[in-house]
Amino acid sequence: MQPAVLSLSPGAFRAFGRSMDHSGQADRRLGGLMASAQTGDRAAYDALLRDCVPVIRAVARGRGVPPEAIDDVVQETLLTVHRARHTYDPSRPFRAWLRTIAERRAIDLLRRQGRQRSREVHDEIAYETHPAAAQAPVAEVDAGLRQAIDGLPEGQRQAIEELTLKDRSLAEAARATGRSPGALKVNLHRALKTLRARLSGEEG
Amino acid sequence: MARSTERLIRELGDGLTPVRRIAAPNRLALLWLGFSVLITAGLAIVFDMQAAMARLGSATDMWLAALGSVLTAALAAKAAFELAMPGRPRLWALLPLPALLLWIGASGMGCLRTWATAGWDGGVHSECLMSIIGISAPLAVAMVVMLRRAYPLHPVLTSMLAGLACAAASATVLSLFHPGDAATADLAFHALAVMLVTAVLTVSGRRLLRR
Repeated sequence: MQPAVLSLSPGAFRAFGRSMDHSGQADRRLGGLMASAQTGDRAAYDALLRDCVPVIRAVARGRGVPPEAIDDVVQETLLTVHRARHTYDPSRPFRAWLRTIAERRAIDLLRRQGRQRSREVHDEIAYETHPAAAQAPVAEVDAGLRQAIDGLPEGQRQAIEELTLKDRSLAEAARATGRSPGALKVNLHRALKTLRARLSGEEG
Repeated sequence: MARSTERLIRELGDGLTPVRRIAAPNRLALLWLGFSVLITAGLAIVFDMQAAMARLGSATDMWLAALGSVLTAALAAKAAFELAMPGRPRLWALLPLPALLLWIGASGMGCLRTWATAGWDGGVHSECLMSIIGISAPLAVAMVVMLRRAYPLHPVLTSMLAGLACAAASATVLSLFHPGDAATADLAFHALAVMLVTAVLTVSGRRLLRR
């Protein structure tokens, strides 16, 4: 047995060495692509972002992000990579840089989901225990809100319908509407602002 | 890969413009420290520098405390700029800790020394408080502007370190130009001011640095 183990060990070491080499090479390649992207090289940037996706997915999975939300983390991380690309120093490992961004975005998403869940529970309790719940003019409110939503510009209306009324994730809504998550976010934000202004204006 | 991710990658490619790489954290920290030295030099024209040096030399705890606050400012600034770059471990936040302990320890010794000879003078030293806050303000503005150029993924931790750096730098400046020996009450107000400046930056960090 002993010689067999001994004869295996160098092989295992070599394999380990190869995988370390491989990971070092991959890091150098990605770092090189980012360095080119920093100078405005579109092809390098495209290749880099594609290669980032599996790394981000692995980080998100490792952090316990549910499978249906992984695409959201991927897209938010890619957006952050875009905005933070001037902070990458090509003399440092690229994947460490990418991983910290992906981890941050994964944690943000999990926190957001946690907050949403706790709010939903509270809303239910609030609704059930609200003294005016019995006679609340739900249909009227709905009709007024519906009208206000219908009056929004196309992009804003789509964003609010997909993301809030149908409760779809950013990635699902993006797939359904053919718009980017970034555009959807901006539109949702604008729609809420418009609705708030219109509805409070009508009441006041 | 999801179709929407494909589309996002295309859009990000469309929006690609050349960027100027941000300077390394060490250079940014040195730049900011240079700015603090400039403010100190400005004050040195107005105040008596020789008296300041004589005061620092008068007791071991005085110059140890000044050394502690200078090191705290430098290391907290370095840690803040490290944390403002993605890919750096959060452990950087511990960097100013030894210097902070030296500063607190030496100041505590100073407190005991002056307490033994003079006791608490009972006064409220709002001028110390205002000086530290006043000197911290321009330092904090410069630091926040520089940090916003980077991309802090931990805004609260980063701004807490920024606050500590500003407070430590302005406490150092004040210890140089403080009229007379620092009494126990003065030191207590210095500590209060340092905590206040750090707390204000920590609390507003999320808003100032969120990305």
